[in-house]
This record gives sequence, C-alpha cells and structure tokens, in this order.
Amino acid sequence: MDYVIIGNSAAAIGSVEGIRQIDREGRITLISDEPYHTYSRPLISYWLAGKVTEDKMTYRDKNFYEVNNITPILGVKAEALDLKGKTVKLASGEAVPYDKLMIATGGKPVIPPMEGLDKKGIFSFLKYDDVREIKEAVSGGKKKAVIIGAGLIGTKAAEALVKLGLDLTVVELAGRVLPAILDHRAASIVQGYMENMGIKFELNSTVAKVLGDSEVTGVVLNNGKEISCDMLVIAIGVRPNTDLVTDTGILVNRGIVVNDKIETNVSDVYAAGDVSEGYALIWDSVMVLPLLPNAYLQGETAGRNMAGEETVFPGGLVMNAIGFGDLPMVTAGIVNPDSGEYEVLSNADSENCSYRKVVLRNNCIIGFILLNKIDRAGILTGLMKEKADVSAYKDRLLCSDFGYIDFPEEVRKSKLGRGAA
Amino acid sequence: MKRVYAKEEACVGCRLCEVHCIVAHSKYPDNIIKAFRKGNRPAARVFVEENKPVSFALQCRHCEDAPCTRACITGAMHRDYHSGAVINDEERCVGCWTCIIACPYGAIRRDESGKKVAAKCDLCSAKEGEPACVANCPNDALVFEERQ
Repeated sequence: MDYVIIGNSAAAIGSVEGIRQIDREGRITLISDEPYHTYSRPLISYWLAGKVTEDKMTYRDKNFYEVNNITPILGVKAEALDLKGKTVKLASGEAVPYDKLMIATGGKPVIPPMEGLDKKGIFSFLKYDDVREIKEAVSGGKKKAVIIGAGLIGTKAAEALVKLGLDLTVVELAGRVLPAILDHRAASIVQGYMENMGIKFELNSTVAKVLGDSEVTGVVLNNGKEISCDMLVIAIGVRPNTDLVTDTGILVNRGIVVNDKIETNVSDVYAAGDVSEGYALIWDSVMVLPLLPNAYLQGETAGRNMAGEETVFPGGLVMNAIGFGDLPMVTAGIVNPDSGEYEVLSNADSENCSYRKVVLRNNCIIGFILLNKIDRAGILTGLMKEKADVSAYKDRLLCSDFGYIDFPEEVRKSKLGRGAA
Repeated sequence: MKRVYAKEEACVGCRLCEVHCIVAHSKYPDNIIKAFRKGNRPAARVFVEENKPVSFALQCRHCEDAPCTRACITGAMHRDYHSGAVINDEERCVGCWTCIIACPYGAIRRDESGKKVAAKCDLCSAKEGEPACVANCPNDALVFEERQ
C-alpha cells in the first residue's frame, strides 16, 4: 500500500498516526513545500516573541519520520494531481504514485484588496517563514507596525511584536477584539488588558490604502485616519488552500468537501484540516474549522479509514484557548447567541479580569467563555459534546470550582469508575 | 492498564493525596519538609472535590481516546507507548491551556510555579510501585488497579 500525504502540519501528522494505528507496514510518503521538520504553527508567535527556541518548534520528536517509517519529501511543492493515473506531480518533475492520498495543504492568508500591496514591509502571519522574515525586519530596525485583524492570529502577533519593542496598532473591522470567540464584555476586558501591554487598537475600521514608495511608510484607514508605520502584518484569517485540486473533479465548496470518513467525492482521496470542510458539533452543520485540534482529529480519522479501518469523524468543536501576558481565556461553541431560545448565565469581576459565561439551549451547554479563571474548563466542553442536560446543577455552572462533585452521584461514579474512556 | 480509582465512601477529604502528589513531583520527592519549604512548589496533579459529607480525589483518567493529546498544539501531551499513560513533556509545553479546555475530567492544572506548564497525573511513572497519592492515602480511598 502506498500512502501519500500532502502537507506536514497537524492534519498530515494526524493522518500518519491514524494510518500507523492500523497499518505498520504500508509505505508513507509525506510531501511539503516547506523545508522544515513538522512544526507547530501556533508556536510561530511564541518563537517570534523569543518564548520558544527553534529546537522546541517541532510538533513531533526529531525521529518522527524514522520511527513511523515515512519518506519525507520536504521543500518540494506538489504541483498537480493525476487522479486517473493516481499520481502526484512534484515541482521537481517527479511523479509520486499513490493508492490512498491525503490532501492536507492547509490554509492561505486572506488578503483583502487594498491599494499599495506591492510594497516591501508587508507580511503574513501563518508560517514559520513569515515570522522569520518579520524577525529579520525587526532586527533590521523596523520600529512601528500596523496589524490588520484582531482575531486569534492578529492578537498573538501583536503580543509578540509588542514584546519585541515595536510601537503597535491593531486595526479591526469588527467593533471588538477577538470578535469570533468573545462577546462584548469579555472583549472589552481583554482589550483593556492588551492596551496596558502597550497595544493600540483601531476598531470598526480597516486599511484602505498602504502608503510609501517601494517600502511601507504608513496606512490610511477607511475612516481617513493615517497611521505611520514601517511594517504591515496582514492577519485577517485563513481560507482553504485548494489550489492543488482546482479543476481536478474534487468537489470544493468553501473548502474541500468530505464525508464523515473524511473522504472526498473522489475515491481514495481524502482531505483534512484547514483545507477542508467538516461537520461541526453544536452548529450541526458543515463548515471550515481552521483549528489545530480539529485538523488533527480529521487527519487521524482519515488515516484510519485510509488504512481500511472504517472510522467516523465524531464532529469538530469550535474551541480555543488563548492568552496574553498573564491573562488566559478559553472559549467554545456559540458565545454570542442571537435569539431568545438561548439562556445566558454570566458573572464578571472586571477588576480581576475574570469573567464566566455559559450559554444554554434546552438545558444543554452550547457555548462558554472563561476569562482568567479557566481551570477545569474541559468539564464544560465535555458536557457540551455529550449534550448533557445540566438542569440538575445549572446554578453551579458559574462557580469557578464547578466540578464532578456537582454531578448526580450515579453520573459521577459511572464516569470516574470505568476502565478505559 | 492500571489506573487510580477513588472510593468516595472511604475518602475523608484530608487532601493528603494532594500533599504527597506535590512532594512526589517536587525537586525533593523523598523529603516533604524540603518539598514544601524550598524553591517552587509544584501544583498537585490530583484534585480533591468536596461537598460535605461527600469527597473524592480525581486525577487524569489516561483515556484511550484522549482529547488532550489530540488538542495539544506542541505535541508535548502524548501517550507513552510502553506504559499507556498520558504524559505531558513539560519541556515542550508552552502553557497554552488547550488541554485544559479539552479534558472532560478537568484533570489538568495550570502550574505557574516556574515556566508555565500543564501539570497532570503521570501515575508517578518516574518511580516504581503505586502512585504517591494511592500509597499515602490513610483510609485506602484510592486504589491502583486494572478495570474493564
């Protein structure tokens, strides 16, 4: 059996590990246009901030490829697919044959149209090379940066750049920071905290034009305000990197469409992670879920199926843990309900940057935000996943010491007493 | 594999399991006084929950389908292939707390006594024999055994 995996990040590694759970013998070839050993993408902001050294960037041990008997082809782009002939054509001219193919090509940065994108000093914030270039630019004397986007990527980029001593402004189209994962209350606490770190925000605005001759010297916002800067980081988000499958017959909606076995409409071809769509719990619908845990789980599920062990994807969860300085936060599911069918419980202690909000629908948890006091948040995640009726202990959900003690005895004993979960 | 199980009926809520867990994971695993006095005291990897008269200790269940290992952004949280235990490589952990939002048992603690790391039960894998919490429970409220 010849397995070919295109990609070298969470979904790809999940695929390898899924395959190897079932098949220790089949040949695995892993192709990536990046020249690096598998590394953790979320760690690029840590690396830039100097919190993680190069040797700690790897997502798996140095001997991962040997231990799993993989042939890595790194630094070479997969250029085209021949689905009839079942081969992957590489930029080197080589054609790699497959029996089972995984497409885990990840995402591409969203770059909105704006004037002046051709200048030097404009960066993305997605890959190792992006932060290497940013670090070089900062070492070269850049002092003032504008970041577009106050989402997960933009805020982590901001934290790193401010630590490097840059004068920093974050421009965000929405009216609050981290708009996808926080509500107004939490966002205003987080924004205040980040402002104390020295980060400035321009909300409800976007960059209309980049100023400068050959190099960036500033930006003009859509409200006319001008901000001078010598660096611009575009961190609006990612979209599926589906270039490789264009016009191949592989079905693409927003991302590559897959079934519950993570297989595409073309047999023996699978797609996982940021490039694909997947079933999302809570929303009960199919969407692109560009989050690492989801990518890994889709990859692992696909790998098991590729190796012949029928495995159904249990569904992905929108969940995030993120922190700035000493302020951690975790959020999951629907945190900004838009109709009356939801029940919202919340308490806040703004002075200590603490906030806890739980969103319920029909007595089931469908989302939460925990700011600062995040301990044991996974208990809420677990209840959310299993759609547990929480009415018996609803009044305890907002307590920071909420735990298994609050469950009915029989529930607790069955959960804690069993052998293997 | 063997896991630690609590017997609620026998637990008296004394929290000695937490104390001995801290000692076992400190720089002075054989000296309770030094463990508590010297340097950074690590976080306990066992949680005593109490609502009188009920109390019990809870720690990592070492799930076969562990959500924490899949969610980990660095690869630090992993299964040890020899013992089957779920172990966090604290060297590689960056304290992002994704495992904390993933663990349905709430069995992972933030340890900020030194560099931020996720602290969890490792079944005292550095040592032979029973985990410290089990060995030091005064009322046999914790057992280390294999269950189906």
